[in-house]
Amino acid sequence: MTEIPSPLPGTFYQKPAPDQPPFKATGDAVAADDTIGLVEVMKTFIEVKAEVTGSFAGYIAEDAAPVQAGDPLAKVK
Amino acid sequence: MPIRRLFIANRGEIAVRIIRAARALGIETIQAHSEADADMLAVRLADRAICIGPAKAADSYLNIAAVVAAAKDAGADAVHPGYGFLAESAPFAGAVRAAGMAFVGPAAEIIDAMGDKVAARSAAILAGVPVVPGSIGRIDDIERAAQVAAEVGYPVMIKAAAGGGGRGIRVAETEEDLRRLAPQARAEAEAAFGDGGIYLERAVRAPRHIEVQVLGDGTDAVHCHERECSLQRRRQKVWEEAGATCLTEATRAALCASAVALAKSVGYSGAGTLEYLYEEASDSFFFIEMNTRIQVEHPVTEMTTGIDLIEEMLRIAGGEPLRLRQSEIRPQGHAIEVRINAEDPARQFLPFPGRVGALQIPEGAGIRFDHMLYEGYQIPPFYDSLLGKLIVHAPTRAEAIAKLSGALSGLSIDGVKTTIPLHQALAADAEVRAGRFHTQWLEPWLAGGGLTRHLEQEAV
Repeated sequence: MTEIPSPLPGTFYQKPAPDQPPFKATGDAVAADDTIGLVEVMKTFIEVKAEVTGSFAGYIAEDAAPVQAGDPLAKVK
Repeated sequence: MPIRRLFIANRGEIAVRIIRAARALGIETIQAHSEADADMLAVRLADRAICIGPAKAADSYLNIAAVVAAAKDAGADAVHPGYGFLAESAPFAGAVRAAGMAFVGPAAEIIDAMGDKVAARSAAILAGVPVVPGSIGRIDDIERAAQVAAEVGYPVMIKAAAGGGGRGIRVAETEEDLRRLAPQARAEAEAAFGDGGIYLERAVRAPRHIEVQVLGDGTDAVHCHERECSLQRRRQKVWEEAGATCLTEATRAALCASAVALAKSVGYSGAGTLEYLYEEASDSFFFIEMNTRIQVEHPVTEMTTGIDLIEEMLRIAGGEPLRLRQSEIRPQGHAIEVRINAEDPARQFLPFPGRVGALQIPEGAGIRFDHMLYEGYQIPPFYDSLLGKLIVHAPTRAEAIAKLSGALSGLSIDGVKTTIPLHQALAADAEVRAGRFHTQWLEPWLAGGGLTRHLEQEAV
């Protein structure tokens, strides 16, 4: 199990837009350059890349939650 | 009635700036803050501070009910909105006044009228202020388009009536171009929006962004001369000057007079800024919009005119008539402001908040640093990246740029990445030094490696 950390402090979003489904669902295949979420930092949205390969095992950080740099955002098996 | 207890409904460097101006007038200050801003500099400086809600701006700084209730509970008799957030919200200005407090800004109706581009354009035309010439409403046939274009003057922009975001915009240099491009624009608009209506607007080439600072008391109005803010990235100003050295005396006088005419015609009260596009090739200026608040770049005007604009705003909101006569407002020398943002210029200006380490601030005659920093301050990631503004003032533009270079070398903010290297590169650039730029200059300069080259030279 690998945890994907937040690259920056900010607000974490699991979805590309409020009316859309999350980037990943449990069991989805994950490639290193797949986007698993967004971090909003100072009014800029930064894509969070998985940087690992495997199978998506769920989000750790809640949608729209404040996060610190290094906080675990999601799990990959 | 003079203001005695002021509620500051903003954050960051502008809140600090407002506290200082209020204190100089003997006004008690109450600082609003979100849960994420409890340790910001303005909270430390104010006489009192009140939490107005969670980190998210929509639930705190943008929450009209929460802000008005907090100000009222604190016994404030006036509210200063700063810039951004609720500064140009007519409902907020109305709610503050309905609660029996003074709003440091114009009447809600004026904010409303000037905030609407079409209404502002109509007000400008009524006051005799030049606007970007264009067709009145949509055009549906090519002969009419050719006729309008001849009146407006070439080059013309052809825009889709139903469009937006720059989609389907074409520029016709001649009537021949227009006859070829207009049908294309119509077909594309029809396909994209199901509406082939187009309108025409005079294309302003290599536009420079020039703006005029005004002060009004509801009856009378004066201008505090012009600023140039053409160095922009993603429509955000990064470097601002007072005055605009590209203008001739005659054009400058006409521009400033037009701003006063518009401010007077709407009965403007408070500090405001009229923004224009200036086309050097034809020596013509066109009004685009009015900002009914204090602006980020107001210090350059303060440096050249010696006027404290925030103090004047507070006096006007307290019921005083304008203290300044136009003939007394005489700018001296040249001022430049650069925005110090928590962004990494080497990584596409990625926001880079963090904890402020050692802080070194340049000092000296004609150097000013308006900011929100102290050593150990943890910059929150929830708001914009502006940390402060470095402002210099010198007899001439060339001397101001030299002073800016020196001041930038003396400014260091450990622990965060900032836009200081960008400004050092700009201050060293031959085109910037010659004043040869416009609003579409900076982005191609960045894309073409202007900054990278400078960073590499510095590293050698």
